[in-house]
Amino acid sequence: MTTRSRTIKVDYLARVEGEGALYVKIKNDQVTDVQLKIFEPPRFFEAFLQGRSYREAPDITARICGICPVAYQMSAVHAMEDAFGVTIPDPIRALRRLIYCGEWIESHALHIFMLHAPDFLGYADAIRMAKDHADIVQRGLQLKKAGNALVALLGGREIHPINVRVGGFYKAPTKRDLATVTEQLQSARETALETVRWVAALPFPDFERDYEFVALQHPNEYPFNDGRLVSNHGLDIAVQDYNAHFVEEHVSHSTALHSVLRDRGAYFVGPLARYNLNFDRLSPLAQEAARDAGLSPVCTNPFQSIIIRSVEVLYACDEALRLIETYEMPDQPAVRIEPRAATGHACTEAPRGILYHRYQVDDQGLIREAQIVPPTSQNQKTIEDDLYAFVPHHLDLPKDELTWQCEQAIRNYDPCISCSTHFLTLHLEREDSL
Amino acid sequence: MIRIGVLGIGNEARGDDAVGLVVARHLRHETQDHVTVQEVHGEGSRLLDRWQNADAVILIDASCSGAAPGTIHRLEPLTQTIPHGLFPCSTHAFGVAEAIELARVLQQLPPRLVVYGVEGAQFDIGSELSAAVLRAVPDVVRQVRQDIAAFRTLELGEDGHA
Repeated sequence: MTTRSRTIKVDYLARVEGEGALYVKIKNDQVTDVQLKIFEPPRFFEAFLQGRSYREAPDITARICGICPVAYQMSAVHAMEDAFGVTIPDPIRALRRLIYCGEWIESHALHIFMLHAPDFLGYADAIRMAKDHADIVQRGLQLKKAGNALVALLGGREIHPINVRVGGFYKAPTKRDLATVTEQLQSARETALETVRWVAALPFPDFERDYEFVALQHPNEYPFNDGRLVSNHGLDIAVQDYNAHFVEEHVSHSTALHSVLRDRGAYFVGPLARYNLNFDRLSPLAQEAARDAGLSPVCTNPFQSIIIRSVEVLYACDEALRLIETYEMPDQPAVRIEPRAATGHACTEAPRGILYHRYQVDDQGLIREAQIVPPTSQNQKTIEDDLYAFVPHHLDLPKDELTWQCEQAIRNYDPCISCSTHFLTLHLEREDSL
Repeated sequence: MIRIGVLGIGNEARGDDAVGLVVARHLRHETQDHVTVQEVHGEGSRLLDRWQNADAVILIDASCSGAAPGTIHRLEPLTQTIPHGLFPCSTHAFGVAEAIELARVLQQLPPRLVVYGVEGAQFDIGSELSAAVLRAVPDVVRQVRQDIAAFRTLELGEDGHA
């Protein structure tokens, strides 16, 4: 009997240990091993935060990710406010939703147009795609710009916003300030609607699995900052109970930790999870666009995450416009904080899924211990499981194409390796042996 | 007056990757007469917005091509493509080279563009600038100043007010 074994190996950079790599081993047309290594910057930051003031947490953690700094700031401020027993007034809460809308628009537009669409249209990257579809790429850049404008307006700067603080903002915008982006957002909303229609027509591999989707759920809002952690398999817990239900496990092939649900295993966070658990909380416009795109209120094909991301961009534009219209400037830009020795927890919905922060703080407000669980490490096991299920059905593909499709399957999750691999190269190597 | 943008790109927490930011900080106080100096974090497609209103742009980033650490590469992308592997970047991300090539396709490159790549030695998270890169910083700063001066002269010449 002939033993046929193949290995798909994608290294991002051999010279930098543990940065990120995909390894798939196939033997006798069976996948025998899948290892996805993703570098995780939060481990460094958890140690770096020890001994720092609670005030520094939002700015320090914002530096973990160049694409989603607002998410890190939001989880940090909410966790600190949880520790200090602070309740935030509605206008500040609205501003936080608004800045988060900006980040979703920016991050999702980057992924939809620059990183994921080329996979579906058969281009190696957005540059080659732009040669044939300049108008589409321009559309993506325009959308992204609207998100940037919103983050810059509220955050003081579009990248590493400096205006966010524990308790609120350093400076609250006036109603007139917010009105300056209304027109741009109205135009972005139209562009987002066109985007939903465009991505709905892309070709999608037939691939579905029975996932456990986990997301925040709020009684009447599509989630950004608040809610309980729920799943389609019965999870329904307060954010403070996160560590009782989720565990981070060391896996032999990676320095990163895999997050799993205790006694249950892999779970799925991000746009698909949010959508499936909160469809009825989307705005009527976003719900209608999703239905017109052929989606039902539950979607279990991760390749269609590009449609869900587009629906969320549309929602974020719509929600931002609503928030701007109903905004009343707060009396004070931030509430007063009295540090106390305590532990605080928060989960917010980063563009890629739930981002958990926990801080133990002393009575001087100094951080004793920090725990940060980013969405990508929560999806890591699910991504590997997807490849286990996906590869056997595509073994007839030529090597390059199979490798590409594996990468596309990983990109379904928009894994946050982009910010940590700013200078890294993609080196492709595939070995076949008989 | 010609509008000159100096953009230092990098990641503060990744050793030599911060060199673009460090060079920008050295030049920060020279922001005058239509020269703007900015630090750019995050992904590269933002560059297209950043240089939209500039007549001349100077970019500084860390490079990772295998040359000796501290080597300074100077490129003029309007007349040359960025050599493959100089600013290597995962295909999942969008880096300086990708931003420049995308802008070229979309005809959105600034009218004048100079790119510096400073060859890095260490990119581990939490690491400092390496000695070789630290030694190169004054040279890069000097060269960027020369570029700024040259752009100004160029404009004065064009306007006939030398």
